[in-house]
Amino acid sequence: MVVAALWAVMGRSLLKATIGLAVTSAIITILMFRLGSPLAAVFELSVCTGLITVVFVSTISLTKPLTNKEVIAQSKERNKRFGYLPIAMIVTSIVLTLIKIKHNIAVPPVTDAITDVRQMMWNVRQLDMFGQIIVIIIGALGVVILFEERRRDEW
Amino acid sequence: MSGESFQLFLTFGFFIVLTFVCGLYCIVVTRNLIRAIVGLELLIKAATLLMIVVGYVTGRTALTQAMVITIIVIEVVVTATAAGIALRVFRHNESLDVRKLNRLKG
Repeated sequence: MVVAALWAVMGRSLLKATIGLAVTSAIITILMFRLGSPLAAVFELSVCTGLITVVFVSTISLTKPLTNKEVIAQSKERNKRFGYLPIAMIVTSIVLTLIKIKHNIAVPPVTDAITDVRQMMWNVRQLDMFGQIIVIIIGALGVVILFEERRRDEW
Repeated sequence: MSGESFQLFLTFGFFIVLTFVCGLYCIVVTRNLIRAIVGLELLIKAATLLMIVVGYVTGRTALTQAMVITIIVIEVVVTATAAGIALRVFRHNESLDVRKLNRLKG
């Protein structure tokens, strides 16, 4: 997962970065299945791995590709800036390894008997569903307005 | 929380923090708008996985799954809108470089 994330961040082309992100999502999906969250995993696989990759690829395809000179100049500059990322990761790993966390986290016992996700979503967290609907409508309107303006510019 | 669950949480937490650092570094350092959105995605993915792990070790997978689904829905809307804004920026400046965003009003 971390290697795919590194590939997404450090990859030279944006398309490879998008593929790296999709691979990260796919690995997270597998982990979600293994951790007993199949519904969230299905959402992650279909939406994050599929839809978001399509959104990224269509955005990249609508932008103009760089010339060879620009690519070489940018890649030199990028290598300078992103060269510190592996070092930052190694330092973070060392710091995390050195931190000693004591096992004294008290988790309250599970009192609610709801184990079904659908029941939880529709009966307990109704406000979340309402918020999701509003967010989806606002997002759809925002995207439509952005693309509509683009079409008007072309006229 | 049992010792085994705690160890699982620490193991996953290690990789989640690394993914988070990766995304944060990408957002801070990059000058390309689309790559900044990729960094934001990595941050959200790290948070999502952390939520699932916490649900697993505490035995509340139904609650965390419901919350993760909400996160995913918001993530998609944010990404689609950000991609649309990046396209508009590209049409204005003929570039996705954030250093060229100096013609904004205000």
